[in-house]
Amino acid sequence: MGTKVFSRPDCLRDVASHYCPGCHHGIIHRLVAEAIDELELAPRTIGVAPVGCSVFIYDYIDTDFIQAPHGRAPAVATGVKRALPDRIVFTYQGDGDLAAIGTSEIIHTAARGENVTVIFVNNAIYGMTGGQSAPTTLLGQSTTTAPQGRDAGADGAPIQVCEMLNTLQRPAFISRVSVHTPAQVVRAKKAIRRAFQCQQEGKGFSFVEVLSACPTNWGMTPLDANKWLEQYMLPYYPIKDFRIPEGVQ
Amino acid sequence: MAEKVLMKGNEALAEAAIRAGCRFFFGYPITPQNELLEYMARHLPEVGGTFLQSESEIGAINMVFGAACAGVRVMTSSSGPGISLKQEGISYIAGSEVPAVIVNIMRTGPGLGGIAPTQSDYFQATKGGGHGDYRLMVLAPASVQEMVDLTALAFEKADEYRNPVLILGDGVLGQMMEPVVLPAPSPEKTVEKPWATTGKGDNEKAKLITSLYIQPEEAERFCDHLRAKYSAMEERETRFECYRTDDAEIIAVAYGTAARLCMAAVDMVREKGIRAGLIRPITLFPFPSAPLRKAAEGGAWFLTVELSTGQMVEDVRLAVGGRQPVAFYGRSGGMVPDPRVIAARLEELAEKKGNAETAQPNEGGAA
Ligand SMILES: Cc1ncc(C[n+]2csc(CCOP(=O)(O)OP(=O)(O)O)c2C)c(N)n1
Ligand code: SF4
Repeated sequence: MGTKVFSRPDCLRDVASHYCPGCHHGIIHRLVAEAIDELELAPRTIGVAPVGCSVFIYDYIDTDFIQAPHGRAPAVATGVKRALPDRIVFTYQGDGDLAAIGTSEIIHTAARGENVTVIFVNNAIYGMTGGQSAPTTLLGQSTTTAPQGRDAGADGAPIQVCEMLNTLQRPAFISRVSVHTPAQVVRAKKAIRRAFQCQQEGKGFSFVEVLSACPTNWGMTPLDANKWLEQYMLPYYPIKDFRIPEGVQ
Repeated sequence: MAEKVLMKGNEALAEAAIRAGCRFFFGYPITPQNELLEYMARHLPEVGGTFLQSESEIGAINMVFGAACAGVRVMTSSSGPGISLKQEGISYIAGSEVPAVIVNIMRTGPGLGGIAPTQSDYFQATKGGGHGDYRLMVLAPASVQEMVDLTALAFEKADEYRNPVLILGDGVLGQMMEPVVLPAPSPEKTVEKPWATTGKGDNEKAKLITSLYIQPEEAERFCDHLRAKYSAMEERETRFECYRTDDAEIIAVAYGTAARLCMAAVDMVREKGIRAGLIRPITLFPFPSAPLRKAAEGGAWFLTVELSTGQMVEDVRLAVGGRQPVAFYGRSGGMVPDPRVIAARLEELAEKKGNAETAQPNEGGAA
């Protein structure tokens, strides 16, 4: 008789995905779901969905959900957490959502040390609206709104969100991970789990940036996208634990 | 226990909110409503509530959104420029059908404007302001006492209709002191909110609060559902006050501070034997069209008075439907109309009406 070594997390619904082939959102959803399951948080978790490709995260993860305006998820999460301090509240946001229109909300939520968890999916581009530049778009990377490639003089330099948040006093947990190889997926899973654990233990604001591919808007095959991520994103967005509170395993 | 005290409008409104069970307040400073924010900062913690000064009005309204989704009674307040920033969130709150109370203590605009009182945000309050096909219930107090009474009502109606309720005051009402009777606290007045996202607990099904409807059929169904809710409000929640209108031939129409000035003007011209009265909308949405239509059918002429260049007058004209003339008098930029000038306008209108009635039918004039 065989033993079951792998199965769908309980809180990940058995539905067809709307993401493009090779998109990492699906993998990251799974990691979030696994973390919620392992820590047995589903009954008391409220997710805040963003604007962007992952707005439909509420169709996949089986917890209560609120759909927030573009970039405002951290403020919405603050309202929920203040009203229900014993619940687990997390946001899931793309780079357009979090690092452009929502910079104010993320910085101030982090500065307050709000006891919520933020999963930040950085694919260096606006996915849902069709591949425009994001604040995280790399120099030289071409997008529909930077057809000649991002130029620092004209478009500014890409924002390193973890490094920026790491200048603040109050965040408890800040980590950057990737999901482009199985080994990195395992590492990412650990970080996401730790972030939720951090909230569970009341340690304060926890933040995980996940480097992620958007093969569709990068104009690459899924495999090439993974290679591109490794070659170009990793040097500028190094995988790193920036801050881990004591006692979080 | 109810008690009578002397209080500033902004503070009385804040106290009324606490007594109505509001336990969460998110806001950002702007004159002339700062006392409200400050009162909440001092007194919410005393009752176990939470005050948080946000980084911006956008932050504040989205915190309100989150807390409202969690099922608690929550409020924010601001003034013109800040309310403009909150419009995105207000649209989402309306589109997500969650209850919240929003206070606008109006100052002058457009742009940064000034801090003097006006009523220039009427369009923004009643015609949307944010994007999409939604309405707010809009309550317009005309005294410190009404700021208290309508605040209690606002929380009740927000919960009942799962819709944001806006209290539209102005700098005069916010800053002036009047004796008020405060109601006994009713913080434990809990309303069942089975839709609130509080975690799924033992339930089979997770709850979702969203305003996203990608399929046009579904989106239209949702907008129809909202329309039905607004119609129910129109049927059941329209509030107004009539002052000396029983036999009135000339009717002033004004809300809030302008209505108080009109009341004085009506009394002045009544001394001269002119049969003037006042209809004061208390709900700006739903707008009290019926009493205006009825008065128009009875032959009355109208003078709309506003602290603006003329906004509500459009709703008055719609209600009157061309049956009788509707004149307008307004001051803007923070200038407050003098009741004697309003009285003179009422007199002028009465004279015109008299002339029109004695003239040959084909000579009938309009104001
Ligand atoms: C206020 C507002 N502005 C713009 C949009 C349009 N919009 C939808 S998704 C999106 C970009 C999302 O990009 P990102 O956060 O990087 O997520 P991704 O789609 O790449 O996962 C934008 C600009 C919107 N919905 N609301
Ligand atoms: S557009 Fe990009 S981010 Fe969006 S689903 Fe497709 S691959 Fe994923």
